[in-house]
Amino acid sequence: MEHGNTEHKTHSHGYGIYVLVWLALIALTSITVTVAGVDFGKLALPIALFIAAVKSALVINYFMHIKFEDPIFKVFLLLSGVTLLVIFILTFFDVFYR
Amino acid sequence: MSQSNGAVVNHVHRDDFGAKLGMWVFLFTEVLLFGGMFLVYAVYRFQFPDLFKLAALELNTGLGTFNTIVLLTSSLTMVLAIVAIQKNKKNLSLFYLASTIGFALVFMVVKYFEWSAKFSHGIYPGSEELLNRQNGEILFFGLYFVMTGLHAFHVIIGVIIIAFLMVFVYKNKIVHDNYVKLENGGLYWHLVDLIWIFLFPLFYLIH
Amino acid sequence: MADGNTHVAGKSFYEEGTTKKSTGITSWLFSTDHKRIGLMYLVTITAFFFVGALFGVLMRLELMAPGETIMGAQEYNTLFTLHGVIMIFLFIIPGIPAIFGNFFLPLQLGAKDVAFPRLNLLSYWIYLIGSVLVILSLFMQGGPIDTGWTFYVPYSVRTTTSVSLPLFAAFVLGFSSILTGLNFIVTIHRMRAPGMNFFRMPLFVWSTYATAWIQVIATPVVGITILLVIIERSFGVGIFDPALGGDPILFQHLFWIYSHPAVYIMILPAMGVVSEIIPTFSRRTIFGYTPIAMSSLAIAFVGYLVWAHHMFTSGMSDTSRVIFSLLTYIVALPSGVKVFNWVATMYKGSIDPKPPFLWVMSFVFLFSIGGLTGLVLGSITADIHVHDTYFVVSHFHYVMFGGTGTIVFAAMYYWFPKMFGKMYNIKWANINALFYIIAFNVLYFPKFIMGYQGMPRRYYDYLPEFADLQMLSTIGSWIMFATLVSIFLNLFLAIKKGKKAHNNPWGGVTLEWQTSSPPPLLNFDREITVNHEPYDFSQLKELDYESK
Repeated sequence: MEHGNTEHKTHSHGYGIYVLVWLALIALTSITVTVAGVDFGKLALPIALFIAAVKSALVINYFMHIKFEDPIFKVFLLLSGVTLLVIFILTFFDVFYR
Repeated sequence: MSQSNGAVVNHVHRDDFGAKLGMWVFLFTEVLLFGGMFLVYAVYRFQFPDLFKLAALELNTGLGTFNTIVLLTSSLTMVLAIVAIQKNKKNLSLFYLASTIGFALVFMVVKYFEWSAKFSHGIYPGSEELLNRQNGEILFFGLYFVMTGLHAFHVIIGVIIIAFLMVFVYKNKIVHDNYVKLENGGLYWHLVDLIWIFLFPLFYLIH
Repeated sequence: MADGNTHVAGKSFYEEGTTKKSTGITSWLFSTDHKRIGLMYLVTITAFFFVGALFGVLMRLELMAPGETIMGAQEYNTLFTLHGVIMIFLFIIPGIPAIFGNFFLPLQLGAKDVAFPRLNLLSYWIYLIGSVLVILSLFMQGGPIDTGWTFYVPYSVRTTTSVSLPLFAAFVLGFSSILTGLNFIVTIHRMRAPGMNFFRMPLFVWSTYATAWIQVIATPVVGITILLVIIERSFGVGIFDPALGGDPILFQHLFWIYSHPAVYIMILPAMGVVSEIIPTFSRRTIFGYTPIAMSSLAIAFVGYLVWAHHMFTSGMSDTSRVIFSLLTYIVALPSGVKVFNWVATMYKGSIDPKPPFLWVMSFVFLFSIGGLTGLVLGSITADIHVHDTYFVVSHFHYVMFGGTGTIVFAAMYYWFPKMFGKMYNIKWANINALFYIIAFNVLYFPKFIMGYQGMPRRYYDYLPEFADLQMLSTIGSWIMFATLVSIFLNLFLAIKKGKKAHNNPWGGVTLEWQTSSPPPLLNFDREITVNHEPYDFSQLKELDYESK
């Protein structure tokens, strides 16, 4: 029987990398707030979502550690993300073309 | 495998990888739960772009930004709690966990003030003041209360979970070579943070 | 040594449990043994199935003749709502995964239990709580829910019947489904016996895997939909209220984004069971193992892309109607792959027409009718004519009842000896199979005809021109109910008085047949290593089985 691993991945990070990630998140937050004050017109929403996506990538990869986990976690995440995206797109075929 | 009282212990094996896998699968259910709400938001924002902008002016961007930073920092302390336990620093880990709860409570307090300010201005679902406004504004506030409310509910659950984790750490049930429970609790907490990372610009930064 | 024929020596899981006492009600209600949990689901689900069936019989009694027959319109609306809620949320969706998935997934994987046994027990308790909430809702102020199981807005928001409680019950039941799916995904990834790579897993496991992913990803969407309706009823937020800018069609999107994949939760496990039964009773390896396995995943994924074919007449955009119709035709393809491969498996096989096989033959016939009529519904122009008529009702009863329901019985007849260590009366089972397929078609085929002749669904009364076919359908319901009772008795009496069963009465080669009937607590009395393909019948030379 396949025995579970009783040990965590051999390498463990120090505190430093997480503080760096946190600083990046704070910086991105201030960027997104500042950008919101500028009139980008139709681009405003995509820009805001893009910055949110970058912040999310940092949280998911580092805080949630997925960057250093077995690839299967990333596959699962991709699966769920793609499904959600597809649901959005298909719904908008209705809403957009009414 | 029999105990002395004759009962058979069901083979509860340890599988950290499996435990984490299961936790991630659970997180996907939360992503889809909120995803449905974000879909509703997306549809109505698409249909009422200007009224959403108008209604959003009534939210306090400063408070929203503050809360975003609070939550991001709480994610940091959550991760640091794990690093600490990896390095066998039990008290430091407890400190970081307590800090995470602290930040969460700050978040809830700010939320409380935001909501009660709205209520005192007569803005709440079904209120006369709100119903007198245009449809897009009504929907904006409806979504605001439902989505931040559902999120806040998850924050409270998170606080309870982290409190339990603190007990486990204190009682040495979570130690430097057995801490997958802490990781899984952290994963939940980061999800709560992730949801807010999207809620923030969608409600507070429509200018 | 382990020849699969150990009965006297070892204890079965009935005699040895995970709680302090091995017998008595608490040894069941607090058991983390997947086999006991599967059986608890069996008992509860059977009870609700018969309640739901009874409601169906009562509906058919009312519809026997035009005008009021035995009840008023409000009661009728309540009955069809509850019939749907019970059959869908309490019977079919949990159905095969909760009963047979729980019992047989670890066995087929060569594992001792699922990945999270305590979570598994929690899933059952949550199911129980949800079912109790459904019952409670019948007695709440306002009377039982009357919205139809689809609880569309605006009626579900405006009706004064008790809606929030049964919806909350459905929310709770959804949690049970999610946790079961989660458990199965991790189990399949982490607990396969050494030597069992993904492509040596039985096809029932593949279908359970695909189903588990749907349970996990789709169910939360109906969860949020339910919450929004409850919030709407309580606070009047306006999210689906056109007067406040809301969009009722958006409700339908959210609802069907779950409820269409849900039908694949219903059918995929059933197809998995078919892929088990056909090789065993053809004494031949399955034809096209990999295509069948992959088709389960394909159905699961494409199944997410077709939901709005339930909404062709709702008022959504023409663009989306065309797109969803196209996608709907695509999802039929992987199912076709399965049917072809099943038939190819039987070709030149050594057919043993035991009850499980006969039931599977019924399934192929009934499900095919259901599936083909689905193609009619998938065409926008045809659908406009038959939407919300008896044609739809007949279609989904053919696929859900004739499909999944038939296989619930097939699975019972297949795995009964393993679960209970007893054998049932074969002749009686064959007679049941015969009456079932006759009753089914008498009950449901007339509905296709009434449907395209214009008989609307969920209508309490109807024009006199439909009276004859309505009567015929009602008679079918009597034969069906009698047959269902007969099936139940056939099996129930066998539990009490049946002959002791051989460990492998059918000559199956998947791992569950390589342990005793019933299995011991930890499933096997030896460490399992897999070095055969799952349907390699040459193993029968070494294995013990009941020869003809």
